[in-house]
Amino acid sequence: MKGIVKNFQDVVANRGVDFRLLKSEIHSLLGENGAGKSTLMNILSGFYLPDEGEILINGEKVTFHSPRDALDHGIGMIHQHFQLVDNFTVAENIILGMPGPVALNIAAHERKVTELSERYGLAIDSRARIWELSVGEQQRVEILRMLFRKVNILIMDEPTSVLTPREIEQLFVIMMRIKEEGRSIVFITHKLDEVREISDYITVLRRGKVMSTIRPDKVREKDGVVSTELARMMVGREVILEIGKSSVKSDHTLLKVERLSVRGDRGGLAVNDVSFSLKFGEIFAILGVAGNGQKELIESIMNLRIKENGQILLEEKDIAEGLEKIAYIPEDRNGRGSVPDMSLLENFALTDRKHFSKGPYLRWKSLEDKAKSLISQYNITAPSLKMKAGQLSGGNLQKLILARELSQNPTLLIAEQPTRGLDIGATEEIWRELLRLRENCGILLVSGDIKEVLSLADKILVIFRGQVMDIISCEDEEGMERIGPLMAGVKDTR
Amino acid sequence: MRIVLKKRLTPLPLSRHLIIPAAILVAAILGIFLFLWVEVNPFHAYIEIFKGAFGSPYNFSEVLVRATPLILCGLSVMVAGKMLIWNIGAEGQLVMGGVAGAGVALFLSPHMPAHMVIPAMILAGFLGGSIWGLIPGFLKARFGVNEIITSLMLNYVAIFWLEHLYFGPWRDPAGRGFPGTAILPDLSWFPRFFGTRVHLGLIIGLAAALLIWLVLDYTRWGYEIRVAGANIKAAQYARMNITRNILWIMVISGGLAGLAGICETAGIHYRLQKGLAVGNGYVGIIIAWLGRLRPGSIVLISILLGGLMVGGDQVQINIHVPSAISLALEGAILFCVLGGQVFQDYSLHIRFGER
Repeated sequence: MKGIVKNFQDVVANRGVDFRLLKSEIHSLLGENGAGKSTLMNILSGFYLPDEGEILINGEKVTFHSPRDALDHGIGMIHQHFQLVDNFTVAENIILGMPGPVALNIAAHERKVTELSERYGLAIDSRARIWELSVGEQQRVEILRMLFRKVNILIMDEPTSVLTPREIEQLFVIMMRIKEEGRSIVFITHKLDEVREISDYITVLRRGKVMSTIRPDKVREKDGVVSTELARMMVGREVILEIGKSSVKSDHTLLKVERLSVRGDRGGLAVNDVSFSLKFGEIFAILGVAGNGQKELIESIMNLRIKENGQILLEEKDIAEGLEKIAYIPEDRNGRGSVPDMSLLENFALTDRKHFSKGPYLRWKSLEDKAKSLISQYNITAPSLKMKAGQLSGGNLQKLILARELSQNPTLLIAEQPTRGLDIGATEEIWRELLRLRENCGILLVSGDIKEVLSLADKILVIFRGQVMDIISCEDEEGMERIGPLMAGVKDTR
Repeated sequence: MRIVLKKRLTPLPLSRHLIIPAAILVAAILGIFLFLWVEVNPFHAYIEIFKGAFGSPYNFSEVLVRATPLILCGLSVMVAGKMLIWNIGAEGQLVMGGVAGAGVALFLSPHMPAHMVIPAMILAGFLGGSIWGLIPGFLKARFGVNEIITSLMLNYVAIFWLEHLYFGPWRDPAGRGFPGTAILPDLSWFPRFFGTRVHLGLIIGLAAALLIWLVLDYTRWGYEIRVAGANIKAAQYARMNITRNILWIMVISGGLAGLAGICETAGIHYRLQKGLAVGNGYVGIIIAWLGRLRPGSIVLISILLGGLMVGGDQVQINIHVPSAISLALEGAILFCVLGGQVFQDYSLHIRFGER
């Protein structure tokens, strides 16, 4: 790609980007939110036409008018927001949009999908419906879909942000296998350590420009140095990834979950006999690979799912009576935490509407004042309250949701993957906010990001197949060692 | 040369108001061929249509008469549509509203004070439609039954009920076999204005449009409805009572269609007869979506379509154009308006050169 320029109205997303991808390599594209990584790759995969510049494949100039054109040239992209049909099965989603005879032999396709998924070690039931799958599993479907189309250039937009360490390792194995087959991968990410581990080349973008293209093995001095250097290039300032945290001591039990069992969408026990208690002033993390019952656990705490057994108490009363005191930051920012087609102001009203009601009316004016002050307090970049929530970047949207939930002074905050897909700057802001808030309430953090959990949590519950593997205090250094194996379901490492 | 549609990042400025006039113009150009085909001077025909609809105050009053049930049915489909519920049953709800209102006029009016008759009929009309709308609403909210199918099927049930009543128990004994009820007592007739057939129903329709706009934009309940329509998961997340809101929205949606029924019965026909179920409920679906679920636009489009219907009737009578032609013209306009709305979200770019 040569001299790519792309404008959106007044915003310049790419200003003269050169990008070169070799055969059989993994090329990482690093940059903060809004650096232009996704735009660049959307151009390569045919979603956007560049305003200027050209794309050459094997020295030949090409113009893509649609993603299908790009697919015909063997270029496929996996987006951060999955493009799957919820009500279709895995196999149906994979063959969707592919040319073929009128009569559909679904059984044959299911077999092929199963074969392919086994070959790459992506355990997935080809007949499961998408809505039954966790976010991590859905991503595997997206990867399979591209493998099924035999792409030569696979673009992955932040594929690891939803995965846990073990899943990331599996993904890297798959990526290496794809590379060995002579295909190339563009890997968009914010996570510096991953980049070093897997890439042949790294290109760093900042504000729509290429800062540098480097080979990680050439700069491999000390581990820390490369990361710091890359981080500096990404954000243009030093980013501190270590967050200071002081322990808050309290004996006041806030949330008590006793012998809870919950059924999943497919009828099996998704949460199996889980007990734990969360004290006021602590961050209690539930750590696990996506799809191990976290979703069902949270939904039953939030009274969105019927429990099979056990009880959930908030300040010694049934949780159903105390739902007003809980703030919830859902994993799915666009699908659940906000209404993308409504204005920012209307999104601020979502869970806060009761405080801004006067009789049957909503007091839009006073809500507007509050929204304005939250926007400046939380550093949300938004030109107007009238713009649609769907137009905000992921980081700003998450800050909006966080601001909305925290401003209601909850007793208990449930944060599900709060920094998924955010850049370092935004992640750090959100972490600090959570630590600050901890002094006034209890926080239940659900995360698959081991680094996030280690940085924030006072206690860590490792969940695997709906069961508690262990609950480890952050002071237990020997316990920390066991976290990795526990997430994979290995209890006894001695 | 290639034609490219680009999604607009910012809504179209003032020129969006030109989309509908432009679409009508395109349809009119298409219509020229239609008239030439049946060997009628197209310009003569257009002038007749225009004169028929807007040529005199009386003609225009007829347009408003025609638009009255369309406004109410459009609003009926719209409020449900705001919650992404497809109420295909406005036709049946309209019929049941008419039946309930006429029932009050025929059988209860002698037993109540005169000034209470019309309010009681309006209430009965609303409730008749509500109950009919509540059936698919309940089935959807409680059992997840698809409302499109149930509401559509209930249309036929309602129409058969209507026929049963005016052919059977409610038939006018003095009607000499004419299928219909007796004429409603005079005190149940809706007042008409300015010596035209424009009646109370128009005011009901306009008031309903205003009220719906206010409720949706300025009340908490209206906000909840809009959230549920835009993102049902966010509504659940924000702990909105979706089941209850589905029931309420179907009560209102059905009630509005029911009002259209009683307005037609007590404002125009003065009896229950076959002419009550003439497809206003179905046209309401088109109007609601053409009006992009906005009450103001629904009123305007109802008047536009009313004009076309009245004007079309005029050409048919005056220059003997087959009635199918005016229907085809109606279709062309709908098609163009619908197609033209693409430009509200997308801009058109014509590129010359490569590929």
